[in-house]
Amino acid sequence: MSALAEMPPKNFEVTPKLDAQGEPMGELLEVSMGPHHPSTHGVFRMDVVLDGEEVVKLKPVFGYLHRNHEKIGENISYLATMPYTDRLDYFCSMTNNWGYALTIEKLAGLGVPERAEYIRVIMAELTRLQNHTCLIGFFVQDMGALGTPMMYAFREREKILDLFESVSGARMMCNYMRFGGVRVDVNDAWLAQAKKVTDEYSFFLDEFEKFLTANEILLARTQFVGVLPKALAVSAAITGPMLRAAGVNYDLRKVDKYGIYSRFDFRVPVGEHGDIYDRYMVRVLEMRESIKILQQALRDIPAGPVMDPKAKLRGFRPKAGEVYGRVEGPKGELGFYVISDGSPNPYRYRVRPPSFINLTILEDMCLGHKISDAVVILGSVDIVLGEVDR
Amino acid sequence: METLEQIKLRLEAALPLTKLDIVPNECPAGDRSLLVDAASGFAAAKFLRDDALLKLDYCSNVTGIDWPEKEITEKIKVKKTVDGVEKEVEEVKKTLRPGFLEAVYHLYSMELKHGPVVLRLRTANRTDRTRLPSLTPLWRGAEFQEREIYDLYGVIFEGHPDLRRILMWDNFVGFPMRRDYVSPDDFEYEPTPHDEVLTEAKKHYPAEPKAEVKP
Repeated sequence: MSALAEMPPKNFEVTPKLDAQGEPMGELLEVSMGPHHPSTHGVFRMDVVLDGEEVVKLKPVFGYLHRNHEKIGENISYLATMPYTDRLDYFCSMTNNWGYALTIEKLAGLGVPERAEYIRVIMAELTRLQNHTCLIGFFVQDMGALGTPMMYAFREREKILDLFESVSGARMMCNYMRFGGVRVDVNDAWLAQAKKVTDEYSFFLDEFEKFLTANEILLARTQFVGVLPKALAVSAAITGPMLRAAGVNYDLRKVDKYGIYSRFDFRVPVGEHGDIYDRYMVRVLEMRESIKILQQALRDIPAGPVMDPKAKLRGFRPKAGEVYGRVEGPKGELGFYVISDGSPNPYRYRVRPPSFINLTILEDMCLGHKISDAVVILGSVDIVLGEVDR
Repeated sequence: METLEQIKLRLEAALPLTKLDIVPNECPAGDRSLLVDAASGFAAAKFLRDDALLKLDYCSNVTGIDWPEKEITEKIKVKKTVDGVEKEVEEVKKTLRPGFLEAVYHLYSMELKHGPVVLRLRTANRTDRTRLPSLTPLWRGAEFQEREIYDLYGVIFEGHPDLRRILMWDNFVGFPMRRDYVSPDDFEYEPTPHDEVLTEAKKHYPAEPKAEVKP
């Protein structure tokens, strides 16, 4: 990987293909796809140059949802940023909360009680389940399977969101974690319901896979489309299921072993070809591993407090210093970089958004494919614009 | 993984002209970082990437930080003779730390699964000498993040293949993440202003000429 050649300057000039006589065969067509195109998963735009139906140049354009999240975070207190992190990747507010809480705990030297660690794992894995399910629903919809798979996915997601709602009061903007624990404890009825949802989930996945995994159209549209080579994936800092589909075994739950992930028995699915089908398959297998983790966590969860007694909600002023914390979000490595100068709000607050960086290689994956494939490739990247634009 | 001191020693041996510094971190759980001068930043980063023991092939996070000019006050004890008696007097010494912009790279190794090595590059000042070498040719993952630093902080990355604004619109003026940035009070011109937007916008209009009184 280190032998990767240095990147040459990009060729911005594109010309139409030439025929045997050296004459241009046609004209290039420049299409501005988005920001309101239904397949762009939000306000995202691609400036595409087409030669016939083939993509010869593609520039992603975003920033329509930009609100300078980092500047807001620098002007409010540490805790006040917690509900804002929900709005980054609004599908996975629980993992966003965890990433931020983990970073500040590292900065302030706070511990987390045993029960809270288990609750965090349960929440994070439930989030992963619903995110991957919905993503598959969305991107199958992009391929033309209108409605049905997505409705199946949303039916299951709703069960998980009900669990989130009953514990945190909100379906999507959970604002559940705190520095040194979680906001409220879960009760036995909740745990029983979570166990029921988890156990039923593998049946749903069987059903989902029965319809999709060997589906002829899905195979034709995804296999060997949007191939991402391993060396490029590493160099371009791709993380999450996209990286693992390219064949790199790098999961922060195994590498960093943050929280209590070292206690659970699970495997990391790794792809082979790095195409869209591998990304789909890695996500399905990852969901099955998540179910395993959930079953172990729900079985082993101990009783006890859910907040570190040393943690202060009011007047929270960590000592000066800087820290970088990261968690394995459903979309990839979600990192938070915080510099404290000893005042009640951070001097510098930075979010490393996984889907923003995963978009770097969108052009490389789409070049040479048809425009309709570009839509599916974008779907397989799994972006959420709240996080990309911040 | 090696300690930062070992890395620094090996870097100094490999690139003798590089000026290196270890930036301490007051947070015990955080990582200290390696400050490299801008001129040899690219060579040092290339060494970190290609070195067989480090193999930092994954540039996870790239961040800009703004450090404006700051007056640092220190209390120093000075010996002075007051009325013929030598005394130790406390004096406040004020030094002006010049402002600069900083780019921070968090480097990990996917192959050897270690890290991070935190690399810092600093510009000469915040106004006209804000150039840094781009590390995008080494790690493609820095492409959008360096564009973001250019967009929000105004650091110009030399050697970046496509340095444009990324989050703000193209004809936007200013760098919003800088500490001294003041946002204008009407970002969006509305063709039909109303209510508070109108009263706010009226501040910018010249005073209306008074209507002539006709007999």
